[in-house]
Amino acid sequence: MRSTEAKQMELVCPAGTPAALRAAAEAGADAIYCGLANETNARNFPGLNFSPEELADGVAFAHRKGSKVLVAINTFARAGDVDLWREAVDTAAQSGADAVIAADLAVLDHAASNHPDLRLHLSVQAAANTPEAIRFYADTFGVKRVVLPRVLSVPEIAALNKEINVETEVFVFGGLCVMTEGRCSLSSYATGKSPNLTGVCSPPEHVDYTEDADGRLLARLGGFTIDSFEAGQAAGYPTLCKGQFTAEGKTGYLFEDPVSLNAFELLGELSKAGVTALKIEGRQRGKAYIAGVVGAFRKAVDSLSDGGDPGPAIGALKAFSEGGRQTAGSYKKTWR
Amino acid sequence: MQTHPSSESLPPLVSSLVAPLPKPPMEALLSTLTRRLVARRPDLIRRLGDVVRVPIAIVPDDLPHAFLLSLDPDNSRVRICDKSRIGDARAIVRAPFLALLGLLDGTYDGDALFFSRDLRIEGRTEHVLALRNTLEEADLTPGEFFGLSGQSADWVNTISDKLLGQVRAFAQKSAHADCSRQKLS
Ligand code: SF4
Repeated sequence: MRSTEAKQMELVCPAGTPAALRAAAEAGADAIYCGLANETNARNFPGLNFSPEELADGVAFAHRKGSKVLVAINTFARAGDVDLWREAVDTAAQSGADAVIAADLAVLDHAASNHPDLRLHLSVQAAANTPEAIRFYADTFGVKRVVLPRVLSVPEIAALNKEINVETEVFVFGGLCVMTEGRCSLSSYATGKSPNLTGVCSPPEHVDYTEDADGRLLARLGGFTIDSFEAGQAAGYPTLCKGQFTAEGKTGYLFEDPVSLNAFELLGELSKAGVTALKIEGRQRGKAYIAGVVGAFRKAVDSLSDGGDPGPAIGALKAFSEGGRQTAGSYKKTWR
Repeated sequence: MQTHPSSESLPPLVSSLVAPLPKPPMEALLSTLTRRLVARRPDLIRRLGDVVRVPIAIVPDDLPHAFLLSLDPDNSRVRICDKSRIGDARAIVRAPFLALLGLLDGTYDGDALFFSRDLRIEGRTEHVLALRNTLEEADLTPGEFFGLSGQSADWVNTISDKLLGQVRAFAQKSAHADCSRQKLS
């Protein structure tokens, strides 16, 4: 059972490019997560991610700045073609990275068997949110930390932490994936590609935007019109979970509005709930986002111990949010 | 830190001043500087992937012309054309000029500009994404774009920062004045 005594929580920040990694390290990230430029990570977007050489250089740079590097190899290996995932783990180990974030049993097994000193974090893609599931990963592969799906409330996280012996990491800012991650097929349904297998939700080659004469923006995914935004109305990502659907004669957002997570106001409670690390989503985002969000959350985490006021810095983050709006998501579960 | 760039449109006078300038020397200069940048940073071409040689139109809302950019290991080109003549572009990115510059130098985040509707995308979204991510990695300061290094690069970057800051403040002021005039009328 983990102690729930409040310790400074670790700030885990995204990097989609070496430039973003440098920005995150400069802005005060305790750890930076990134992935290789292939299907082995769940942000497999054009122009994003690291070559093996860039990863090694990035690790060296981050270490000089006092930040750790965690390599996301968090998609599910394709049957009959597992070598790409094995090689990714080997590359991460050779780069001197501090941990690998994985979800697939074969990937975890390869890492545990061949790189026993490499720390393993369980990706949110594994969707492990019960003590039994988490204990299985810890006992079988020596997993040291689990990234929790964005579907648990703070009391549920506190209860979970009392029953497990591994660290927990929770998302505090950025895009909301509203399903228990690893179990969403919406993107596969519309495009044939999924975050879990090919590393992309709403692959950009299936996304299309058009603006009509009145300035109304139509967002399409795989040929389906999934949302429309009036002229001047803030837009969101082209994800199906945040699209509008018509059911029983009513049209509206069925799963979630276009909105981003901001759990800043819950940091104290998350710390008391025994959370070890706070994750910022956004490996697809630019340096301006990384510097702004990481800097603000650095102040916020430090303010728990030094009493500083992170309010203005956190307030300025609204412009980075989908639809210009923010939510505390499931952590508060006000709809129950 | 991200501010709201929609209030940073250049006043129409700038567009009128730029319109009669001859295009060929500007095209030649921009193409040469882009080719030199690509030669110095072959990693950028690797990062671009399938977008190499794909023409993408960059269309500043508040300038009279569009820029047609095609990145290539040996023959990168920037063409300046009328906004009505960007037919062969595979993707089009539209935004106020200062917002586009802010994307280049990392002042603005592309997704945030998209959410606020300052940036609009047409055509092949994956090409725009690849270009955007490549430019992010390019860490393009004015000094870097002009191929400078060391002190001279620092000098050019400081001057451009100051100049851009002033242009942004001026654009915001004139947008604010416009807004007040509209309220009064
Ligand atoms: S469609 Fe939504 S819930 Fe499903 S994987 Fe994508 S972001 Fe997550």
